[in-house]
Amino acid sequence: MSERERTCPLTRQQIVDRYFLENRARLLDLAAFFDRLERAADGPGPDDFRVAALRAGIRLLLDGQPERAKRIQLLLSDPTHEPRRELRGKGAVGAYNPATAEGD
Amino acid sequence: MRYIDLHAHMVSRTTDCYQQMAASGCVAVTEPAFWPGFDRRSADGFEDYFHHLTTFEPQRAAQYGIRHFTWLCLNPKEGHDRDLAREVLRRIPKYLDRPTVLGIGEIGLNKNTANELATFREHVELALEHDLLILIHTPHLEDKWKGTRLIVETLLTYPELKRERVLIDHAEEHTIEPILAAGFWTGLTLYPTTKASPQRAADLLEMHGPDRICVSSACDWGPSVPIAVPHLALELRARGHSPAFIEQVIWRNPVAFLSQSPRFRLEDV
Repeated sequence: MSERERTCPLTRQQIVDRYFLENRARLLDLAAFFDRLERAADGPGPDDFRVAALRAGIRLLLDGQPERAKRIQLLLSDPTHEPRRELRGKGAVGAYNPATAEGD
Repeated sequence: MRYIDLHAHMVSRTTDCYQQMAASGCVAVTEPAFWPGFDRRSADGFEDYFHHLTTFEPQRAAQYGIRHFTWLCLNPKEGHDRDLAREVLRRIPKYLDRPTVLGIGEIGLNKNTANELATFREHVELALEHDLLILIHTPHLEDKWKGTRLIVETLLTYPELKRERVLIDHAEEHTIEPILAAGFWTGLTLYPTTKASPQRAADLLEMHGPDRICVSSACDWGPSVPIAVPHLALELRARGHSPAFIEQVIWRNPVAFLSQSPRFRLEDV
């Protein structure tokens, strides 16, 4: 048994009863987002790196392994180690874009 | 239930927010120095901000029975500009003796540049020189993991640094373990969309236990919830956690961390 098993005081049934509807809504929002992309004014095209990251996250969600939230966070993260030499904008966009790497 | 919001940018909030917070049990807030949404054009702008944080804002909070404390620095969003950073760092010490200043913060990294890291180091050294608590911002979204690693590695190069006097904030699922394992305090930020929801924060508290973890709203000029800490308390209560567990998270932990500063006093609230 993992050290994190049974750390939530709610039963499986209580967890489903409490959180099912909000996650049903999230699932439909996600589905509608992908549908919307297919209806885009400029027609079909390659995935933006953020959409590709979402697709990879969905695959990870269904792999049956634990620590899904942590692993999705890592999937979306900059995996490099060295500090950047240049500042290219101050904002974050939510997924790592390999095209912005500095070769580190 | 009384609580402390350890990270709230109240200069960006209205008096209605103070009223909601007070009505929901907030006894004290601590406000880190922040980025105003644009780069300040000179060090003089920072001086006006430090004056605001240490004079008007405590008075405004007091009208609602809330104690207001602050942290001073040049925020990581502006840390890449080394000339500006050096000038602001030169001016910060004259504000450090003000009675509501707890320490240096929120320092850290934004886009993980070498310049930001140099500015971060200089802030850490300023805190060490003045024996002050340190509050650290970890970067947003895709930059958080790398930035947290760089911050922890940098802090560990200062053997004189007392780790229990440092809180590394905005931890999430992928960064909480290295922060706690290194002996620092950490913070969970209850901020919509880009940080942790009350549900995910409750999950992290269940998986890691409540020791050395504080929570905050980080409410600011963006979409945020000034009473997010009570929302977490409600979530924990709905899951069946004990009043003692909840009190540790929203009251006793921040009191324990902040009381390491002699300036942190609540007796006259």
